[in-house]
Amino acid sequence: MSRTLDLNIKHLTRVEGHGNIVVNIKDGRLERCELEIVEAPRFFEAMLKGRSFHETAIITSRICGICSLGHQIASLKATEEALGLEVSEQTVLLRKLLIDGATLQSNILHIYFLAAPDFFGTTDAFKLIPTNKDVVLRALRMKRLANDIGDIVSGRAVHPITPVPGGFTKLPDESELRAIRRRLVEEGLPDVEATVDTIASVLNSVPGFTRETEYISLSHPDEYALYDGDIFSSDTGAADVNNYREMTNEFVVPHSTSKHCKHARESYMVGALARWNNNHARLSESALRVAQRLNLEPRCYNPYMNTVAQVVECYHCIEDSIAIIDSLLERGIRNEKPNQTPTRFGRGIGATEVPRGILYHEYEYDRRGNIVSANCIIPTGQNLANIDHDMKKLVPEIIDQPKEIIAKQLEMLVRAYDPCISCSVHILNVEFIGG
Amino acid sequence: MKSDQIKPNKPKIAFFDFTSCEGCQLNKLNLENELPDILRHVELVEFREAMDDKADYYDIAFIEGSLSTPSCINRIHDIRRRSNILVALGACATIGGINSMKNLQPIETVRETVYGEEKYRFPTLPAIPVSAVVKVDYEIRGCPMSIPEFLRVLKALLMGKAPNLPDSAVCVECKLRENECLYDRGIVCLGPVTVGGCEAICPSFGQFCTGCRGLVPNPNKDAMLDILTQHGLSLEDAQKRFLLFNSYNIESKSIT
Repeated sequence: MSRTLDLNIKHLTRVEGHGNIVVNIKDGRLERCELEIVEAPRFFEAMLKGRSFHETAIITSRICGICSLGHQIASLKATEEALGLEVSEQTVLLRKLLIDGATLQSNILHIYFLAAPDFFGTTDAFKLIPTNKDVVLRALRMKRLANDIGDIVSGRAVHPITPVPGGFTKLPDESELRAIRRRLVEEGLPDVEATVDTIASVLNSVPGFTRETEYISLSHPDEYALYDGDIFSSDTGAADVNNYREMTNEFVVPHSTSKHCKHARESYMVGALARWNNNHARLSESALRVAQRLNLEPRCYNPYMNTVAQVVECYHCIEDSIAIIDSLLERGIRNEKPNQTPTRFGRGIGATEVPRGILYHEYEYDRRGNIVSANCIIPTGQNLANIDHDMKKLVPEIIDQPKEIIAKQLEMLVRAYDPCISCSVHILNVEFIGG
Repeated sequence: MKSDQIKPNKPKIAFFDFTSCEGCQLNKLNLENELPDILRHVELVEFREAMDDKADYYDIAFIEGSLSTPSCINRIHDIRRRSNILVALGACATIGGINSMKNLQPIETVRETVYGEEKYRFPTLPAIPVSAVVKVDYEIRGCPMSIPEFLRVLKALLMGKAPNLPDSAVCVECKLRENECLYDRGIVCLGPVTVGGCEAICPSFGQFCTGCRGLVPNPNKDAMLDILTQHGLSLEDAQKRFLLFNSYNIESKSIT
């Protein structure tokens, strides 16, 4: 085909942040095919300089509203390592509960409000109210439940208040935990089952594209790693978190205010699908049955299936939240104060899984507990090169399709990654040039 | 599937995001219980985070984020021209917020810290609130904006009334909630000089006030200084903390 096509999708909708998709095909040859990141740069690393360790997580939380809890957790872990602050088992359990809540909230937001309109052939989830009211109300109910976990444990779900270096400024009541547990069982489990049915019914709208790539996530021998673990690459195996720079190799590209990353290949993928590919063996039997109902293969190379992997994680997060609350209630909530007496001043790295993939924060503190240098590597930034390479393989495969279909498939591809562009510039629009 | 839900005379409202974390937009999607009711009373014509549609005129435009690039400035003028009422939403839009901390360092240094040799690749300006460029009719403060306050303002505007926005200090609301004063624990809290309306949410959860709602109209600096000295803290401690969200204010109006 000697087709010439210019596609320019500006300010892609239903994604977090600002990005454009640009495709130029001249005489059948793909000249340019990339995701431009046009989000205004935020310069957080520069802002952090000189700030006290009491303020670090308050600032980094503001990198992104959707991922604010994840940024806080990675930030607190890095600060605690740099200052030698030990945290209690109760603190770790509460943080894991918060991560389950935030992952559930973010995955539900993406599945129902950002991705599902494409599956249902509409432009936004609100338009589904007349025809699929029960689905929309279910989505809102699940989001409320997930946010209530955040409200109870951390004061509020967006920019949480209580998590600080060394622990929590206020602890949840046992009665509140019991109440949320009841809702997880009575509303959460049936709603997630219904979500599985809904998504299973629209699986034929998920494009069949595949491209094998390197998958990187945290990995832990005893659990489906979200809070902690080693870095794991599907190509090269496990690596210590201290080697995160060698696993990410950030570089600046002209078409993006967010830096790109690569490791063993020209690009790699992080997020729910990477976690599924690397860690599915650590999921429960029932979560694995959910994956089976959704045709999610143990090794899946279709990036569009990232949304489906998120559904499986919703199931896991609800199950895991119930288990964590049970062990918290069994131990009884102890009235612990945060441990904020530094035992050293140095460098610390915090890695945690946030909904969109592995997140790294690294800080160096001076002897007064103020930041000397900071580095944050964001999941969406790590996925950008992989998105470009997916698009470069996808466009030639669908080049004979009408322009609208090409545009839609590209938008859906970028959305499937659930990109968080505010985060990545510490992305989206489709731009076709020529056609 | 559009017609039966959307009446032609419903007010058109739109949400726009500039340089921000989009947490205030997300907070609106967190109005899970109220969202279906709100949508019966308004026509949501632009909300990029959740919808594809675009429109030409807005009865009420809500603006999130501060302005920090040359293209932000053109875009905000364009939105203002097409809007009847313009409401700034959240700390970034009302006071510059966290973004304005970068204004304290030379812009060259800021760029180099993040992008190194590629520093000239992406244009950036000092981060400023919306009111520094166009007329803002109402401001909903906070980082993130508070959901109850957003609902109050939206209801008032839909009924054609001017919303009642607080101007007393966070301390007032904190006292009403009978919280332990954080100064008694030796912590610098900005409650005495920060605009309330948040129901003192941070001190109520044991955390200091970060000043995210901006400075009260007539701050009692002497009283603030007294509190600090009484507790063995310095004005510098408080000023440095105040820069977290209020660097624009400090820089442009020399409030110190």
